[in-house]
Amino acid sequence: MNVFSIADFDDLLLAAIPQIWFALPLIVVVSLVYGATRHENLREILAHSMRNAIWCFGFMSIIFFLIWIAGFWN
Amino acid sequence: MPEIVYPQETGEPVVVDLQDPYWAAFFAWVWPGAGHFYQRRFAKGFLFMICILSTYFFGLGIGQGRVVYASFKPGDLRWQFVCQLGVGAPALPAIIQSMKTKKGGDPFWILCERFPADYRNSSLAFHKITPENSNGYSGETIKDGFMAPPGGMNKPKARSRVQTDTLGRWHFEGKHYFEMGTLFTVIAGLLNLLAVYDAFCGPAIITPAQREMLESKKKKKNKKNKK
Repeated sequence: MNVFSIADFDDLLLAAIPQIWFALPLIVVVSLVYGATRHENLREILAHSMRNAIWCFGFMSIIFFLIWIAGFWN
Repeated sequence: MPEIVYPQETGEPVVVDLQDPYWAAFFAWVWPGAGHFYQRRFAKGFLFMICILSTYFFGLGIGQGRVVYASFKPGDLRWQFVCQLGVGAPALPAIIQSMKTKKGGDPFWILCERFPADYRNSSLAFHKITPENSNGYSGETIKDGFMAPPGGMNKPKARSRVQTDTLGRWHFEGKHYFEMGTLFTVIAGLLNLLAVYDAFCGPAIITPAQREMLESKKKKKNKKNKK
């Protein structure tokens, strides 16, 4: 008899999220923590984090695009 | 009680009281954000705690509690644990589990039991035991523990084979989430090292004098490039 377990539920839930989206929380968290080590004021931390996150996202997008293009090279 | 004053271009200078920086760094390592609470820098403490712990526990969750474990044996050198240990107390159960299973003992907090890899006497495959598929098997099983190394490594027979199979099984069952969970927990550990640095030395704020110096260096470089 098959019993539907929490692990199965996890699989279904996580499978619905494309893998690339897992990069987003990492970008946010890394930007915030890095920004916090460069400033003491919360407003400055957020501004620095925003700039960092945009830079990170842009850089990763360029790499993503290059790899995507390389996929057509066959 | 070292106090650092960062002069600003406009407005009041930023003053950071580090209290005892050694204790602050220790607290910051033990629990992300705790060092900043000790220094009464509550906003940053909460920011570090929420960011780092949510990343760590999310990674541990998608890795089903198996991605943080301490093993430094040939065949399974878990170098990622060195980075994960940066998160402090939340990674310490892995050391307890490693010590508990060192001499072949069963781990605490058992997640599931499996048949040994070399068990070939019946039609039972190497997989999780449930009351439905145990088929009366009464031999010694391999136990998966929460934050414990892959089971079977320290069993006297079929040492490396059993261990490798368990780790392989984790990758198979977790699909890419085993790697993803490892990545999240490693990043959380490394980020906490930044928080420890911040608690020990204060923030790396660029003062107006430093900014001027950097700008003059840039100008010099640009002039050289133009020539």
